[in-house]
Amino acid sequence: MAKGIREIRGRIKSFKNTRQITKAMKMMAAARLRRAQEKAEAARPYARKIREVIASIASGTTAVKHPMLESRPVKKTGYIVITSDRGMAGGYNGNIIRKVLQTIKEKHKSQDEYAIFVLGRKGRDFFRKRNYPVIDEVVGLPGNPTFADIKKIASAAVQMFADEKIDELYLCYNEFQSAISQVPTVTRLLPLNAVESGEQRKVNYEYEPSAEEVLSVLLPKYAETLVYSALLDAKASEEGARMTAMGNATDNATAMIDKLTLEYNRARQAAITQEISEIVAGANAQA
Amino acid sequence: MSKMTVEVVTPERVVYSGEASMVIARGVQGDLGILPNHMPLVTPLKIAPVRIKTEGEKEIRMAVSGGFMEVRGDKVTILAETAELPEDIDVERAKAAKERAEKRLIDKHPDLDIRRAERALQRAMARLDVTNNQ
Repeated sequence: MAKGIREIRGRIKSFKNTRQITKAMKMMAAARLRRAQEKAEAARPYARKIREVIASIASGTTAVKHPMLESRPVKKTGYIVITSDRGMAGGYNGNIIRKVLQTIKEKHKSQDEYAIFVLGRKGRDFFRKRNYPVIDEVVGLPGNPTFADIKKIASAAVQMFADEKIDELYLCYNEFQSAISQVPTVTRLLPLNAVESGEQRKVNYEYEPSAEEVLSVLLPKYAETLVYSALLDAKASEEGARMTAMGNATDNATAMIDKLTLEYNRARQAAITQEISEIVAGANAQA
Repeated sequence: MSKMTVEVVTPERVVYSGEASMVIARGVQGDLGILPNHMPLVTPLKIAPVRIKTEGEKEIRMAVSGGFMEVRGDKVTILAETAELPEDIDVERAKAAKERAEKRLIDKHPDLDIRRAERALQRAMARLDVTNNQ
């Protein structure tokens, strides 16, 4: 019996250690989440401004045409999938990967019809292991990614669209709703949906050198910006998911500790009772 | 003297926001001096320093790359992939980058991406220019 007690004590200890770790991770995730949200907020003016200018060009008198605004028959589709480098975030990576697979299954019959750009180690490992057509990848992104960190993959994807190597480009990431809710989404990035300015302020700009040229510089930039803001959103989601997952883990550990403590006390009580009855029996035998 | 508001924004943050009496930037077709009440204008910018003259005759210089400028009424907005104030620039690094890019362009390695090297050189020169290290 004494051995059983020691064993239980050991297990309690190990659960306590685990709880300590998960608790720390939860708190770190909460701090990171706040930072990620601030970052996402700071990125907004840039995207808004570009959208505004594009909208005002699009709504201008001359009908502007640009390949990035026009749908063409789809022969090959590109997917940019944003996952995390680290796990311990509950269903964060699983959810988005499942969503992507589902989309691919519905839309494509063979591997020649699509290509995947992947961000994050988890997603890369998954798609690679299963021999999906991964063209480009970025892993080891820092907690606070800068525009330069993803510029390469974003412009590679946009360039492939411009070169007509792919005819559609989808962005797959966990959209941040709140700290406890992240929704895996697949949205079309290219061709760009008709850009609409929220408020219709008509400004007649002078374009230098010309409206078309300005547009052809701005549209790829805009697409890249959208990828960047999706990444920031995904980062916030990741930390949110991790916070929830680690919070649950901490709760579970506490519940386990309680259960084990009860068991431990019972075992201890039983041992004491047994000892007493042995002593009493011994004393009775002497008498 | 009339004034206008100037904002310099990168995807990551608002780098500069304030009032100015004149903005000088290098557009794709040459240098542009923007004074208050300029007509609305949109133009991409070259990789070059942007100069913002504020009221007290002070001049703020900034190394801007991958940007464009929007002028509307009394507001000038410069959107750029990177925009750095002199105090944010690592001079040693920019010098090293300049040398590296120059060497690449001289060596003419067969699989050299010339445009990329040129852009790197322009960025380095813009950075050195705003920090007054040519």
